[in-house]
Amino acid sequence: MTAGPTEAPRWVGLVLLPVVNLVAAFALAGLVALALNESPIQLMHVLFFGAFGTLESVGFTLYYTTSFIFAGLAVAVAFHCGLFNIGGEGQAYIGGLGVGLVCLAFDTLPFIVVLPLALLAAMGFGAAWAYVPGWLQAKRGSHVVITTIMFNFIAAALMTYLLVDVLIKPGQSSPETREFAQGVWLPLAHDWLTAIGIPMPRSPLNLSFVFALAAAALVWVFIWHTRWGYELRAVGLNEEAAVYAGISPSRQIIVAMAISGGLAGLVGINEILGVHHRLLLGFPAGYGFIGIAVALMGRNHPVGVCLAALLFGALFQGGSEISFEMRNLNREMVVVIEGLVILFCGALENLFRPRLEALFRRRRAAAAA
Amino acid sequence: MTIKRRTFLGAGIALPGLAAFGGRALAQQNNQPPAIQFDMGGKFDRSFNQAAYDGAERFQRESSIRYLEFEVTNPTQREQGLRNLARRNPSVVVGVGFANRSPLEVVSREFPQIKFTLIDDVLDAANVQSVVFREHEGSFLVGMIAAMASRTAKVGFIGGMDIPLIRKFARGYSEGAKHVNANIEVFENMTGTTPSAWNDPSRGGELARSQIARGADVIYAAAGGTGIGVYQACREAGKYAIGVDSNQNHLHPGTMLTSMIKRVDVAVYDAMTSARAGTWRNGTRVLGLRENGVGWALDEHNRSLITADMERRVNEARDAIIAGRITVTDVTAR
Amino acid sequence: MTGNDRPDSRRGAPPEPAALELIGIEKWFGPVHANSGVSLRVARGSIHGVIGENGAGKSTLMSIVYGYHRPDAGEVRIAGRAVAIGRPADAIAAGIGMVHQHFMLVDTFTVLENIVLGAEGGALLRGGLAQARAELSRLAREYQLDVDPDALVGELPVGLQQRVEILKALYRGAQILILDEPTAVLTPQEADHLFRILRLWRDQGRTVILITHKLREVMAITDRVTVMRRGEVVDTVDTASTSREQLAEMMVGRRVILRVQKAPAKPGKDVLRVEHLDVVDGRGVRRVKDASFAVRAGEIVGIAGVSGNGQSELLAAIAGLLQPSAGRIVYHDRDLADASDGEPARRARRMKLAHVPEDRHRMGMVVSFSAYDSAILGYQDDAELNRGVILSRGAAIDRCARLMDAYDVRPGRPLLKSANFSGGNQQKIVLGRELDRDPDLLLVGQPTRGVDIGAIEFIHRRLIEMRDRGKAILLVSVELDEILALADRILVMFDGAIVGEIDAAAADERELGLMMAGAREAA
Repeated sequence: MTAGPTEAPRWVGLVLLPVVNLVAAFALAGLVALALNESPIQLMHVLFFGAFGTLESVGFTLYYTTSFIFAGLAVAVAFHCGLFNIGGEGQAYIGGLGVGLVCLAFDTLPFIVVLPLALLAAMGFGAAWAYVPGWLQAKRGSHVVITTIMFNFIAAALMTYLLVDVLIKPGQSSPETREFAQGVWLPLAHDWLTAIGIPMPRSPLNLSFVFALAAAALVWVFIWHTRWGYELRAVGLNEEAAVYAGISPSRQIIVAMAISGGLAGLVGINEILGVHHRLLLGFPAGYGFIGIAVALMGRNHPVGVCLAALLFGALFQGGSEISFEMRNLNREMVVVIEGLVILFCGALENLFRPRLEALFRRRRAAAAA
Repeated sequence: MTIKRRTFLGAGIALPGLAAFGGRALAQQNNQPPAIQFDMGGKFDRSFNQAAYDGAERFQRESSIRYLEFEVTNPTQREQGLRNLARRNPSVVVGVGFANRSPLEVVSREFPQIKFTLIDDVLDAANVQSVVFREHEGSFLVGMIAAMASRTAKVGFIGGMDIPLIRKFARGYSEGAKHVNANIEVFENMTGTTPSAWNDPSRGGELARSQIARGADVIYAAAGGTGIGVYQACREAGKYAIGVDSNQNHLHPGTMLTSMIKRVDVAVYDAMTSARAGTWRNGTRVLGLRENGVGWALDEHNRSLITADMERRVNEARDAIIAGRITVTDVTAR
Repeated sequence: MTGNDRPDSRRGAPPEPAALELIGIEKWFGPVHANSGVSLRVARGSIHGVIGENGAGKSTLMSIVYGYHRPDAGEVRIAGRAVAIGRPADAIAAGIGMVHQHFMLVDTFTVLENIVLGAEGGALLRGGLAQARAELSRLAREYQLDVDPDALVGELPVGLQQRVEILKALYRGAQILILDEPTAVLTPQEADHLFRILRLWRDQGRTVILITHKLREVMAITDRVTVMRRGEVVDTVDTASTSREQLAEMMVGRRVILRVQKAPAKPGKDVLRVEHLDVVDGRGVRRVKDASFAVRAGEIVGIAGVSGNGQSELLAAIAGLLQPSAGRIVYHDRDLADASDGEPARRARRMKLAHVPEDRHRMGMVVSFSAYDSAILGYQDDAELNRGVILSRGAAIDRCARLMDAYDVRPGRPLLKSANFSGGNQQKIVLGRELDRDPDLLLVGQPTRGVDIGAIEFIHRRLIEMRDRGKAILLVSVELDEILALADRILVMFDGAIVGEIDAAAADERELGLMMAGAREAA
């Protein structure tokens, strides 16, 4: 190649661009705050301090991050097989049911016995719930986007029935089960940290966070370093080529959906075994859907998913502080900021890219000349 | 609309004095701001949460003390929000909705010196006041009115989610209707299985139209914001609708037969006022017909729809329930 | 900078400005310098060829002329006047029409609707359509381009779809018509018809620019020809004063042997026997009809035919990608048509049956995979590549590097994305992968489609080598030249049936062409 413009440095796309997009999103959010007679500076301060300012807020941020990692990984794995799993919400819900049933049945047993059972149940129930749409897609051509959405509703209906009529603890209005015995609760971060001499106020952060990071690592190995992941990616990127290579797309679709559902089901570990310690109505609270945004922003890569999950965790936690601290900004404002971040980092990702890259190419070329 | 509603609040039914309650009085004036946590529907759900909001606003207007508030968006935030509010040392923290029970159990233990009021469920603790309503009694009365107004001997009920609380409304309504006409047919539909069922007017309208098609000519909605669609559909079809929680008679005068009033606003207002005055007490307040905590609304908007005979029979039944001569089933009682 | 062909106007006073003139066109795509100082002059009333290997910049240049891309520098002049062409509408307004290699047609529209698309005239479609119908029938008469205006484009054969593209350009009053590889989808007879039309236009004073890589066509029809290489113009010459060999050398930059040199085949016993094979596709159309033939060790059997006559389905059925509805495929004494184990393609590959598919982008590789991932496609189970559950990246990269070395893939970088290799190099990766396991039977479809001349030579040599090692090869190609050059025996397919078998030594192109068109059965 003759001398001329070269490629922009890698860090421009990986680091600078997301930062520029974030800054743009927050700048716009600041303008909205200004329109509502609140200071944009204070908004950013509350948001950031609320998410990372104290050990407690960090705990909350990481607790949200945990659920988002599971949900984001679920979407990412399906995506690598070319499937858009919108059903993370329902799979998380049913995964939580698995955890709940195990704990209600066995919470007299020692933690070390119940934990693996609960993990298996979370993954198994979530996987089973995603298996059906996967099977329908593979064998009957019913689009997973449609079926997983429908399965979200079926999951909600099933859970409402179970919690209202079957599993509810007698004598209360709230459709919740009894509390599990304390022995099977997942260790909470503040208990551990306080025990080793770092005083940390109470927060819902628990051992699930470690599971989430482990899951991200395992997903990475699976997708890029096993032949199953290879075959799954081949189907996702080029189904005809996969068939040519002797791979059965329908089998990969079913496997990918089951794994995806299993990961979504782990949201139930964080929420049910880690935080609520009882089965309750509506605990996935939309995390399954946020997983879609997390996966898209994280480019379906486990590292990206973890970072995007952290961003959303911070927005969730910092956002709840906004409605405490700033009276003119309610919870809808937080949704606006989230929306702007998704807009700039996801949909408008290429807004600044060409200019930024051109700028760095020119600089490099100038330096080379 | 909010302004209109407030005028009704002014004309609302006053609760009898709170002295009837047992429990420990923490009697000193407290001018700290009170705090309130709305549940997932949000404070502008035109129904349950909004009624609570109205009560808090009334306190703020009268006392000039600005209350603290939080709206939760996910289950974990309930505990987080209550704790955050409690930390600011308020005169009282009001948790609106039964879902606050479990988180309140944790937080009330952490903050023994803070007073908490839980609405719609019961929690026994020294620093917790529980307020529950006998919705089945009010629903019984509007069920009677529905049966008396129906020409088809078919009436409808539309609930939000199929949860125990809503079944309580449905059962009372059905018993009331059957009290008037043992052969009456009562259709019952729930809007959905997700929290969006509390705010889905178009689905509410569809359900109402389908019940009307089956012959119902009076429909009672206990479904939060979903009810708006039910009332609209009834007005378009020229059938009667019955409102819930707040007095919603003014929404469509002429087709709003009445409203089953649940004084969440008064419960919130009382909790905040008594906490300020130092007369707040722990324990459980059960607000039924006797306490005027539930009731049916009669005002200029539905005056012409309620005959003197209907009014007489409903008031008789009301007295009979208070006196224990009529028992309305509470499906949530164990 | 190539110094030739500065505008004539600077030197003297030509009687007439060029129909199209490009001066110093520069275009970058990211780091790729697609066009570098390209200057080109096309005389009015001429057929001008633009040739070059894949990636030489021909298509980019024409995309600039047609307004898909803006040049980074340089000027476009039409009839002597500089014009700014920012989008295709500008080009159409300037009288430029383009027939793309990949048709820009809406399959679910009728021919007429496609033709008026973008030139509807008014808010109401009806008036425009009636007018267009009249104009269309006039054009069709004048140029012998008959096509039913109410047929759905998606249901037309490709040859007719191309007619629709041409009519579309004419309907918009194109004076300069650019055709991008127009004969790729045509039989020799159809191509001849097209060329007659092109000559007719030229004689009417219109200008034709023909982008192609087929030297034979360039020699047959163009008046002048511009050769491009690596984004630059090598030279523009009069066709009459050059030769195929000379053009090939200019394209590649070195001497090229266009004829494949091979010894006569020494066929052994049957490796593959296909008996009464029928294949029905997903829509219930019978694609292969009662096909029977054998391929012996040490020979290349070529299947000639116009694209879409069942060759692809035949190949796919043998490779285990399509389930035959009747018949047997006997390979190594085993019936491959029996798919009871559920994974016929995997089994076939284990039985040393290799397959270079017709379309490497659609099937032969995963273009968004890294090259090393594409280089093990179908062989991901190999024990050599797996360490327990881990698919060893290192082993895959090693294998890929070895293949790249052996098959002269450039650049030889296993970590590069498959899409970033040129067509010829992609094909070499696929070929290398399939030949690496020393198969007994190679199924190969369109081995040199979209492949540079230099690479064609290489690939052909490899196939002959394999034959000479006593392996069996079944070759499907729509390029008659290729079939004639490589095959020892030629089967002709038409409408799903094998309509003839000819000994390659005795074959003649016209005869084959007629059989391919279904006009004649072999004796």
